[in-house]
Amino acid sequence: MKVFLLYPDRDFNPQAELPPQTEDLIQDLEFNNILSAMANGDKFLFNIAKQTIFTSLTDPAEIYYRQAVLQDCLNNPAVVRELYQIPIKSLENKQAQWLGIFSNYPGGILSSAVQFLEMLVGLLRELRQITDQHASKFRSAGFQRFFAMIAQELDDAYFAEVESHLSELRFRKGVLISAQLGMGNEGMNYILRRPKRQNDPWVLRLIGRKSPVYSYTIAPRDDHGARAIGALRDRGINLVANAVAQSADHVDNFLSTLRTELGFYIGCLNLAEQLKKSEEPITFPKVAPANEHIHSFVELSDVALSLLKQQKVIGNAVHAHSKDLIFITGANQGGKSTFLRSIGQAQLMMQCGMFVVAESFEANVCNGMFTHYRREEDSAMERGKLDEELSRMSAIVDELKPHSLVLFNESFAATNEREGSEIARQIINALLERKIKIFYVTHQYELANSFFKEKATNVLFLRAGRQIDGKRTFRLKVGKPLPTSYGLDVYKTIFGK
Amino acid sequence: MIPPSILFINEISDIDKATQPLYFPDLNLDQVVDTITTRKNDYNLKPFFYTPIADLDLITYRQEVFGDLSDQKLLSGLKMFAESMIQVRRYLGLVEKLDYHYHKEGWYLEATLKYCQSVINLEKTLSQVNLTSRGFLSIHNYIQQYVNSIEFQSLYKEARAVKDDLVKIRYCILLQNGTVQVSHYSGEVDYGEEILKTFEKFKQGAVKDYRVELRESSGMNHVEAKILEFVARLNPLVFKELDNFCERYPQFIDSIIQRFDREVQFYISYLDFIADIQQRGYPFCFPKLTTDKEVFAEETFDLALAYHLLYQDNPLICNDFSLHGNERIIVVTGPNQGGKTTFARMFGQLHHLAKLGCPIPGRAAQLYLFDQIFTHFEREEKLRTLRGKLQDDLLRIHTILKQATPQSIFILNEIFSSTTLKDAIFLSERILSRISELDSLCVWVTFLDELSTFNEKVISMVSTVQPDNPLERTFKIIRKPADGLAYALSLAEKHRLSYKHILERIHP
Repeated sequence: MKVFLLYPDRDFNPQAELPPQTEDLIQDLEFNNILSAMANGDKFLFNIAKQTIFTSLTDPAEIYYRQAVLQDCLNNPAVVRELYQIPIKSLENKQAQWLGIFSNYPGGILSSAVQFLEMLVGLLRELRQITDQHASKFRSAGFQRFFAMIAQELDDAYFAEVESHLSELRFRKGVLISAQLGMGNEGMNYILRRPKRQNDPWVLRLIGRKSPVYSYTIAPRDDHGARAIGALRDRGINLVANAVAQSADHVDNFLSTLRTELGFYIGCLNLAEQLKKSEEPITFPKVAPANEHIHSFVELSDVALSLLKQQKVIGNAVHAHSKDLIFITGANQGGKSTFLRSIGQAQLMMQCGMFVVAESFEANVCNGMFTHYRREEDSAMERGKLDEELSRMSAIVDELKPHSLVLFNESFAATNEREGSEIARQIINALLERKIKIFYVTHQYELANSFFKEKATNVLFLRAGRQIDGKRTFRLKVGKPLPTSYGLDVYKTIFGK
Repeated sequence: MIPPSILFINEISDIDKATQPLYFPDLNLDQVVDTITTRKNDYNLKPFFYTPIADLDLITYRQEVFGDLSDQKLLSGLKMFAESMIQVRRYLGLVEKLDYHYHKEGWYLEATLKYCQSVINLEKTLSQVNLTSRGFLSIHNYIQQYVNSIEFQSLYKEARAVKDDLVKIRYCILLQNGTVQVSHYSGEVDYGEEILKTFEKFKQGAVKDYRVELRESSGMNHVEAKILEFVARLNPLVFKELDNFCERYPQFIDSIIQRFDREVQFYISYLDFIADIQQRGYPFCFPKLTTDKEVFAEETFDLALAYHLLYQDNPLICNDFSLHGNERIIVVTGPNQGGKTTFARMFGQLHHLAKLGCPIPGRAAQLYLFDQIFTHFEREEKLRTLRGKLQDDLLRIHTILKQATPQSIFILNEIFSSTTLKDAIFLSERILSRISELDSLCVWVTFLDELSTFNEKVISMVSTVQPDNPLERTFKIIRKPADGLAYALSLAEKHRLSYKHILERIHP
């Protein structure tokens, strides 16, 4: 039984190693905000979203496969959430009655393993019921295959066999244990003992000697007391519980795969609902192959910022056909970083089959995306700032392939402007030569202007807006680099004069 | 007269409310103090490390105590005492949390035994070493009298007697259908292995292993409590002894010993931290603290870095600095990765540590009795602030300048690097002139050579490279004019990031 909702032909691997740049991407693109919105407080959903998003797809066909499944989810959110409840219920029940509480008590494991299997069968019936009621509403290849499989392949012979074993495996004799008082008068040195029989010769010898016996019976509904007795019994019956519980695991594994794969789509639904409240437009991207460099979009927004502000934020429109290098220059606080984040976010979202936050969006897939942002002083103290930046750049170069995408934000500015520009220029030229696509945010006029003067057709210049009165606008426009970043404005607002 | 304390002469109120000074993270003092206090969380030592001392006599008092602690025998004796007291508190903590009478009393008895042994051992240690500090002499005197008191002696003797009797008890438990029966143990045979064999055939293939790691002891539920109650009924005389003991000694820890146990950890934890560094041959000294601004230090270093380098092969480079006459501001320029930031941090660290009374890195030092330290290091851009970097920089500097006095110390590191060159010079010079007017001490790390000749209060120090190989940093920061070389391109070469290198590294 395979779930196959994330890939047409294979299981999703939630433990797959993520690309080395993942944590940088999360930090630089403020992706935790997006993951949190997808998770909606659920740590599991957070991890699945993270795992799915950062194991990017590059085959447009696989992206469209997920887009279709996700479109089904957006069309039938209630059914999908109901479906997702099945593994959740299994989980909740498990935590409530089985592994959560009884994990320290083999006696508890043994008796509740039966209940657990009964519960699982009940959930599988629910799954079948949903299939019968709603399968016809789903259009995607992924869901159609899944529902067809459920309808055909449910088989509970395995459980029946386990249950027949269970009835023979109950521990019916009382358990006798000897003990001593250890630290704090707690019992220790527990040893399971065989109760004395009436005809044991040494028992006969003791007849007549009075040995007191104190007895205590727990109240009928005293669960805690039952567990406590179980804990003592466990010394003798630990291994029994093991065999029974393992039988249940086989069924349970199927449900947890279902939870994992549906979890991604539930995350997408959560995000879509949040964005709907802010009236942010969402759209499924048109996906171009890696070698057709294109970025063409209208009203593309920084999703993290929108989620933070809980209102619609200003988006940007760019039509960059056959552009390999996009420079973003202009005023401090002019929306440059926001724009760069939105590019990175959209790329990742597109390449995991999600919608993006835009009115329309088309881009090529990339063979790996990387961010190179300035970082805080390295607290490990091994490097100076520029050295640290170069070292990170070098690590990125190790991973780069033609048609990768690199987002630079104020890189190589830790030294003086003339030298920083030269370093950047050499890096950019070499990456372009190797067909790598670049977005580069900089306040270094010298750098941007040197490319502007070359007038190459594969380079696009965007500039953060600034109104006459010195106030910033947040929408970028096509425009050549200008020689100042208006630091004086900010100084005046804070220090006066 | 105030009770003897190893850390204070007069009471300082609210010391435990002290919070981490704002400059700690920038100076990496947070790392230092975290490392020092790691595994010593229960003592809550951080407030002591957060609180610089203004009283020169108290600084000397602490320096004397540090002096006595150079005796290894004393140090290891104190550590053993601390270990034992941790266990005493853990047992007493149990007593607080536990519900059942004989269970509580059981742990109370363990705590008492442990306490008595540890105080006796502490007194032995203090008698065997030669103490000279005011702090240790008064503590020793106190503990001697305490151990020889009748109260203490009878406490210890009675505790031992009760424990001996409890250990001898043996009993049996029979569990069946929610019923527990307890009796004397009378020689029944081991039955465990027979039961195991019965269930072995049900083992499945490789899934999860559900066999439970059974805990030997942790707490007690009401069934276990009932069992203990029955054991007590089976052995009434022994448990009566236990009751009597607990009634006679409702509490036993002496408050002055308790306080000593915590406060002496300030010294021990710091000495532990610097021990490995000292062992590598790096010097520590007791600095002289002054109220004029002529400061110097010889062969000093960044304590956080020194600790970090313990686990690496890289050598630690020591540096000197000194300010004379009217000099107030050290502008540090020179190649990146040359130790400029480290130098700036070090200046701040030394001053803070000196005011704690601690030995500081260096061969010799004279430092300024400052009132506040202000740092500003470049930070990452955070979306949450919804402000630009430059505005952040300026806002922070503005706040600092409003709070500072002539007795304050500034440590500034690469500020305004997020704007254009022109803007950076313009803004830096404005800030520099404000600090200069205040007459405060300041270390300013920058790539703007222009600042190093700003006025007569400024001295220039430069991070240096090997003359024959500009890629080799010496990590020496030397007093000399800024020379404008940033060596950035050679650094790029080193990382194989030139145009040519990258083409070689990425295949078409």
